[in-house]
Amino acid sequence: MGLKQNLHNLKEKYKGKKIAPLFNGFHTFLYLPNETTHGGTHVKAADDLKRTMNTVIMALIPCLLFGMFNAGYQHHLATGEVEKVTSFFSGNFWNLSNLWIGALKVLPLVIVSYVVGLAIEFVFCIIKGHEIEEGYLVTGMLVPLIVPVDLPLWMLAVAVAFGVVIGKEVFGGTGMNILNPALTIRAFLFFAYPTWMSGDKVWVHDAVNRAGTADAISGETMLGSLAQNLTPSYSVSDMFFGFIPGSVGETSTLLILLGALFLIFTKIGNWRIMVSAVFGALMMGYIFNTVVDAGVITESSKFYGLMSLESWKHLIIGGFAFGVVYMATDPVTASQTNKGKWIYGFLIGFVSIMIRVFNPAYPEGVMLAILLMNVFAPTIDHYVVQGNVKKRLKRLKAKTA
Amino acid sequence: MGLLSKKDAKLITDPLADNNPITIQVLGICSALAITAELKASIVMSISVLFVLGIGNVVISLMRNIIPSKIRIIVQLIVVATLVIIVDQVLKAFAYELSKTLSVFVGLIITNCIIMGRFEAFALGNGPWKSFLDGIGNALGYAAILIIVGFFRELLGSGTLLGIKVLGDPIEKTGLYALGYENNGFMLLSPMALIVVGIIIWVQRSRNKALIED
Repeated sequence: MGLKQNLHNLKEKYKGKKIAPLFNGFHTFLYLPNETTHGGTHVKAADDLKRTMNTVIMALIPCLLFGMFNAGYQHHLATGEVEKVTSFFSGNFWNLSNLWIGALKVLPLVIVSYVVGLAIEFVFCIIKGHEIEEGYLVTGMLVPLIVPVDLPLWMLAVAVAFGVVIGKEVFGGTGMNILNPALTIRAFLFFAYPTWMSGDKVWVHDAVNRAGTADAISGETMLGSLAQNLTPSYSVSDMFFGFIPGSVGETSTLLILLGALFLIFTKIGNWRIMVSAVFGALMMGYIFNTVVDAGVITESSKFYGLMSLESWKHLIIGGFAFGVVYMATDPVTASQTNKGKWIYGFLIGFVSIMIRVFNPAYPEGVMLAILLMNVFAPTIDHYVVQGNVKKRLKRLKAKTA
Repeated sequence: MGLLSKKDAKLITDPLADNNPITIQVLGICSALAITAELKASIVMSISVLFVLGIGNVVISLMRNIIPSKIRIIVQLIVVATLVIIVDQVLKAFAYELSKTLSVFVGLIITNCIIMGRFEAFALGNGPWKSFLDGIGNALGYAAILIIVGFFRELLGSGTLLGIKVLGDPIEKTGLYALGYENNGFMLLSPMALIVVGIIIWVQRSRNKALIED
């Protein structure tokens, strides 16, 4: 008797009991359930929640692997054990010692995120008596990718608990949340423990421990140094391929781009949001560049570094690409109408570059921009739908008159 | 109940739980968000409101038959303002540091919806003794929430209670801090007060389903 049969038997045994969703959840996650619909109309579609979520996770795996290598590489680079890489397939980057450090630091983040989040999800399903949804599978994978590599695990656990309960479960669970849970978790971390989420120490493994000793190392993110009007020493290809310090999985624009194409091709991620967000960011960047060119902002201004950055470079540094591809497109929290998606995406791009430039404490805006637009998404939809209603009423009047 | 009849006792106990001014009527939220980062400030604020609401309710109730209804709001405001100025002066005289922490929020007791609400809803239509009990009851209900919120925000946000370092010293790394614990800065920001109040409302309503509105 295999695991599937066992799970099925347990399901039958506990049918109607409070604990039943637990076995149902495991069964649905691992296998195709035995039940089929009887009578009435059948909707035959392959894209159920499980497939949707798994597709996103597949798109995230390259970022995760790259993140592990990069965690090790940044550490070794800072301690001077490896040379700076010159090409994408350089052996200085893709080697086992980099992967080993990365795996040691990143895998615990993944495990803590999943264990804490799923435990809370299970408890809530049992209390409330609804089925376990696959929603947390993606959130649990996103969370380790958007935090600094040295984040203490207990902080992550606290933040995940907060994000899942306050960001999702109080609204009714998967599909009912207003805010993106992964970003709620990151926002909580950022406001609760700012010293672990910003500065020049947290992005490189072991930099915090070594601070103040003779072996001190540091690694400023691109945005961090630009916000201080410094010129970072990374080339455009470094930024694009992702050989720069940053949160675990967000550095490689190349892999994010591949993930985006995969999501668009499988019709899981919405291309309208991605395109309009990029457009919005370019537009804001262009406006800032024009302001700088006009001489309003000079080098003495503290905004000069980020304002004078060519607008297209904004797309390949920081978490912008990652946020737009994987989190702005979250089907639950984004706008639902097509016209709404254009507006929603555009504003995310526009606002995130604005926050990037003007927020002195924390030079990354995409998290706050997406959360802000999550809140506004229903309003955008409302006006889009009302606009359509008005248009059709007018047409009706013209016809009957 | 020797001292209080059953009905009178209800005036005090009702606002403590099932008719709490903050969690059920959702009044007086501003001050609950603003001053609850420290437990001490919450307690002093609670005492101030207790004083203002207890006495104010009695005063309004005594005058209820001679106040022309057209100008009753102005009369109520004058009564609250007088009492608040007394509180403010006392605080400045005997607890100057604390009065600086509470800053404008003592003055803003005047606009605290709970006080005007009780004047309008209760003191204008009931005798002085009942009004006094109602005032005390509502102020205690307000105090209970303020103190719960203040307790958690100070404990988790600063690691202290009433200024005493209960979790150890964050700079010397003693107590919990030796294990790598850190204070939660989010707790000190006002949004977290709102979330804590929200959690209290959540717990209260899931314990007593009758409170859930649809």
